[in-house]
Amino acid sequence: MKLSAFELGYQALNEKVRASEDDIEIDQCYGERFIGAGAQDKTITVNGTPGNALGCYLNGAAIVVNGNAQDAVGDTMNDGKIIVYGNAGDALGYAMRGGKIFVKGNSGYRTGIHMKEYEDTRPTIVVGGSVGSFLGEYLAGGLIVVLGLGTDGFPAGNFTGTGMHGGEIFIRTAIEPKSLPKQVSMSLADESDMAHLQDTLQEYSGLFGVSMDEILSKPFYRLTPNATNPYKQLYTEN
Amino acid sequence: MAVDYIYPDYEIVRNYDRCITCRVCERQCANEAHRYLEDENKMICDDAKCVNCHRCVSLCPTKALKIVKTDHCFKDNANWSGKTIKEIYKQAGSGGVLLSSMGTPENYPVYFDKILLNASQVTNPPIDPLREPMETKVFLGSKSQTVRRDANGRLITDMPPHISLSMPIMFSAMSYGSISYNAHESLARAAEKLGILYNTGEGGLHEDFYKYGASTIVQVASGRFGVHVDYLNSGAAVEIKMGQGAKPGIGGHLPGKKIVGDISKTRMIPEGSDAISPAPHHDIYSIEDLRQLVFSLKEATGYKKPVIVKIAAVHNVSAIASGIARSGADIIAIDGFRGGTGAAPTRIRDNVGIPIELALASVDQRLRNEGIRDQVSIVVGGSIRSSADIVKAVALGADCVYIGTSALLALGCHLCRSCQTGKCNWGIATQREDLVKRLNPNVGYERLVNLVSAWQHEIKEMMGGMGINSIESLKGNRLMLRGVGLNEKELEILGIRHAGE
Repeated sequence: MKLSAFELGYQALNEKVRASEDDIEIDQCYGERFIGAGAQDKTITVNGTPGNALGCYLNGAAIVVNGNAQDAVGDTMNDGKIIVYGNAGDALGYAMRGGKIFVKGNSGYRTGIHMKEYEDTRPTIVVGGSVGSFLGEYLAGGLIVVLGLGTDGFPAGNFTGTGMHGGEIFIRTAIEPKSLPKQVSMSLADESDMAHLQDTLQEYSGLFGVSMDEILSKPFYRLTPNATNPYKQLYTEN
Repeated sequence: MAVDYIYPDYEIVRNYDRCITCRVCERQCANEAHRYLEDENKMICDDAKCVNCHRCVSLCPTKALKIVKTDHCFKDNANWSGKTIKEIYKQAGSGGVLLSSMGTPENYPVYFDKILLNASQVTNPPIDPLREPMETKVFLGSKSQTVRRDANGRLITDMPPHISLSMPIMFSAMSYGSISYNAHESLARAAEKLGILYNTGEGGLHEDFYKYGASTIVQVASGRFGVHVDYLNSGAAVEIKMGQGAKPGIGGHLPGKKIVGDISKTRMIPEGSDAISPAPHHDIYSIEDLRQLVFSLKEATGYKKPVIVKIAAVHNVSAIASGIARSGADIIAIDGFRGGTGAAPTRIRDNVGIPIELALASVDQRLRNEGIRDQVSIVVGGSIRSSADIVKAVALGADCVYIGTSALLALGCHLCRSCQTGKCNWGIATQREDLVKRLNPNVGYERLVNLVSAWQHEIKEMMGGMGINSIESLKGNRLMLRGVGLNEKELEILGIRHAGE
């Protein structure tokens, strides 16, 4: 089903998206919020710029954005896939528990914060370009990959991984990450790390037409938490 | 260096004439305060391990035990109390943040105790609830601002979603993890039976309890534990937790050692992993951001559930509440600083926030002044101890109250304030299987139903005494209240007159 978001308003638009049992293609999207909230089983294609909280609580559906996305894409997402053929805003994949988000370009501040994993659900975020500060803050599980394509500078801002207590972050860069918080351990990704990343990188490569040779042309640094219970010693009983 | 030795606050006194060395006390104490000496056929105890929870006292078949406050003391000092000195020793020894539980025990004014209720005499006669119908039913949610009619003149009744309660009481948020499975089951079943709601807290909803969905408020906190679209749709309402009275401005932290078995499953995080709820929601930095979360939840639940925003009572609470009312929330829950908790830093619990009575009065007044009081319902919590507190809260402007500590007391809690240890001898604030089974949900549920039913009757009697037969007529009816021993400023904020005026 194809529909135009023009002058519809987000509530009416989302009502139509919810009601449809078929896949949906939305044209003329100019910032309508909450598209695909909690959606389980369809593909929603957005032509234009969806508004905040695209695919919040997503539960298995697929969302494809032919354009840029705004803030809070995939907020508390449980399952499914979001593909953005452009850039994304702040708080991408906040508290996400499962599914995958691929962003061709950059994403903003607080990418992938408080992501977590559980049993066989392991969320994945891949950002092709650079990300802002607070990448993977409070990370409790899952995989974040920042490729830094198109930049020679370090592709993440400050305070990467603050409060991290699970999961892993890979950053593709020729510049060694500096001044990481004390909860984070860093190493150059080895062969087994890269083997384990292979499928995810290939998926990005296939989606956005960036060759694997280019993706693998720079080293990857792997960040992991150095304690699963970072706050254990903080308290004394009174 | 033995300065770290702290003499116990409480002593176990055993009457050896009565003790039959049945060893019940020993078996019942998870803190291992009691011990049996085989050679001497004698029970002994270690006061230092006692938390004064009365489990052994209650179950001793010969009533041989009592717990007394020690008379061991430091030299009198009005400034440096024994408590203060001991806290310094603890921190100097450990380097840790002092951690406490339940509501603050400090001596702050309780305004409910300085407010008295009215009763009718001669004119406008009192009503006897035993023979007259008395309405305690309340509806929570946004009220329609105008009367609308269709082309035929009939009323348009498409109201925003509401919660219907048989009385203005709900069980406040206590997560599965902070309290036990049996405690949750007791609350859920009691809520269903009473026609009220209980609240999951931020730990998700156990799969066994989805069947009580119509009696459940599901909570969404900054950690988003256990939050997914089926969870959101399973409850009667969704609550966004922005803050908690016992620990305003800080987050929650359930240590990894408590994330085991079903707790891990319900929170949807691996066993042994710390469950950290950051102090802020990292996607909310403004009322506009809050509005976004409110509406994302409404979208995910098809606009069928009212959304509650819960905040701690803090200095600018009325301005914050005004913002929340404009964020699209249907209900504002305000938690006063005397509210309970499974664990909070002592200094935060005892020093941050304001009393619920003042917060409630100022929020209600502010929303009325701004003409938006009907857009939201107000629920208050933070140490509601009796039906009289509820009647006073409603007269100050509340639509409903949250009770937490009172409900736990009904389940057997003796307020020993040791929840953070996870060794609750009453089976409430623990996940240890042998302890949890001490709380029988069949009994627990009945005791909750008893308590709340008794309170409902008392509410009706107090209302009847005032000549009021519907709780709606009591709401915000501050003429029914008078202050005693309050200064001008306190009376002004509470919006009530002094007794005798």
